[in-house]
Amino acid sequence: MAEPVAAALPDDGATGSVRALLGNPRVVFGGAIVLLLVTVALLADVLAPADPLAQDLLYSYLPPFWLEGAEPGYWLGTDSLGRDILSRLIHAARVALVVAVIAATATALIGTTLGLLAGFYGRWVDTVVSRLIDIWMAFPPVLLSIVLVAVLGAGLHSVIIAIAVIDWTRFARVVRAEVMVQREQDYVASAVVIGLGRWRTLTGEILPNVLPLLITLFTLEMGIAIIVEAILSFVGLSMASDFPTWGGMIAEGRQVIHQAWWLMAFPIAVLIVVVIALNMLGDGLRQVLDPVLRR
Amino acid sequence: MTAVLDIRGLHLAIGGRHRPTPILRGVDLTIGVGEVHGLVGESGAGKSMVGRALLGILPGAAVIEEGRIDFLGRDMIRLSERERRRLLGREISLIPQDPMTALNPVRRIGAQVADVLRLHLGLNDRAAWTRVVELLDEVHIREPERVARRYPHELSGGMRQRVLIATAFACEPKLIVADEPTTALDVTVQRQILRLIREMQANHGTAILFITHDLGVVAKICGTISVIHGGRILEHGSTEAIFKRPTHPYTSALFAATPRYDRPGDQLRPVPATLLAELAREARALDEGRRPGAAGR
Repeated sequence: MAEPVAAALPDDGATGSVRALLGNPRVVFGGAIVLLLVTVALLADVLAPADPLAQDLLYSYLPPFWLEGAEPGYWLGTDSLGRDILSRLIHAARVALVVAVIAATATALIGTTLGLLAGFYGRWVDTVVSRLIDIWMAFPPVLLSIVLVAVLGAGLHSVIIAIAVIDWTRFARVVRAEVMVQREQDYVASAVVIGLGRWRTLTGEILPNVLPLLITLFTLEMGIAIIVEAILSFVGLSMASDFPTWGGMIAEGRQVIHQAWWLMAFPIAVLIVVVIALNMLGDGLRQVLDPVLRR
Repeated sequence: MTAVLDIRGLHLAIGGRHRPTPILRGVDLTIGVGEVHGLVGESGAGKSMVGRALLGILPGAAVIEEGRIDFLGRDMIRLSERERRRLLGREISLIPQDPMTALNPVRRIGAQVADVLRLHLGLNDRAAWTRVVELLDEVHIREPERVARRYPHELSGGMRQRVLIATAFACEPKLIVADEPTTALDVTVQRQILRLIREMQANHGTAILFITHDLGVVAKICGTISVIHGGRILEHGSTEAIFKRPTHPYTSALFAATPRYDRPGDQLRPVPATLLAELAREARALDEGRRPGAAGR
């Protein structure tokens, strides 16, 4: 939050915050994996040992390196077309990351705005938003996203739009409830009594108190976005099939699970680790960022 | 003596459209310039509602049915939102009851005190910061610069109340509503805070509406008092006169129910049930007169 006066101070808080962040095991563990994911996605071209799209039918279904029959250079084996699985995993991280960041941001913007308005202004605003949430939640999310993407046409932008359109209720519900709690706090009455307007009270007093919650939700939403993207690529509605995605790789592996389990196992493992890391990071950040929980 | 605040015939009710419960039944109250006026009553007497009506922070279900709240010639009830906002914090401010919850937990102390300075006096960040430190110093906070950088949870209740007092006096208001400012504090801190409020009041010449249930506190700080019960002012006058010779039987009963450290042997007596019944009957008669048939509970 913009805090001009605090910013004007010689700040002894910055180094303290960094220390607090590094002292929290969840932040360190989750953050390390997320950082690794970001690095891998950014440097995919350098890090990937092979071209993720290069086929070599002579080397199809190679097992990972510790199994008999593995070929050097293909660490995690190859798929039905002889493409290197490790390289495909690395390149697919890009898709996952882009979807996670953009979809979570869009979701947060829509959901938070509606949640803030509903929680703060109450009355008819709350009624409208709450009914909207009720209606939204009556739809099965996976089905709705498949329908949405089918209508919008396959592709990354459709996936992102679908996630934001479906999942804003997660933010709206939580933010609305939290704002309703915060609104009744004495500090809000104090803000009104010193003559702050309603909008400034909402954005300057209440929003900073909701922020730790938002950060938690945001990282959680990143994990959900990654899973939804995987589901959509699993059913073939995300990226065009020639570009590697974790969901797409799982879908391909499913058909040969008994002959080559590694096709499916590695993308699933990566998916699980990344989502767990995001959840832990969110939880840890909340502990560190909330001044009341800090000590 | 000119009046800072003049409340006339204030009626306030809470709840349902069809059967609102009367909370204030024609409250009259006048506070002169620089006067400290105690509004004394037991729980549920409606004393906090008077302050909230004045500040415009009534709970959602409460409705002012009639009456005037005249503050320096302006009718606070019919003021537009924008005009009220200009007055609040600038001309009228509040010392709240519970210092533990009245500060925003995620913002630094200095920034919160500075809000009112920037908003009403148009100070820039640097000037506001300087003034914040001065103000914190004035309420006897040691190392004000360090404290200004702290978060509320790092301060004790007494310290926070000092911060809130500094905020209340920051713009030199004409009137401060002190809503049970010492109730949430322990007894030793209460004394210090009371002394501080008295000192600040004397230095700034601010009028104070001091809402409390504590007669001991009233005796220490208030020049004049009003005794409120069931939303009615039963008696008002100078503190000295009322303490010496209360005219209303309820006031006498209230004194008899208050422990006195200088007379520990005295038996405390509850307010007699017959008196309470009598007061309730009077109140009902009043309600009946205003809204025939509605008070038949």
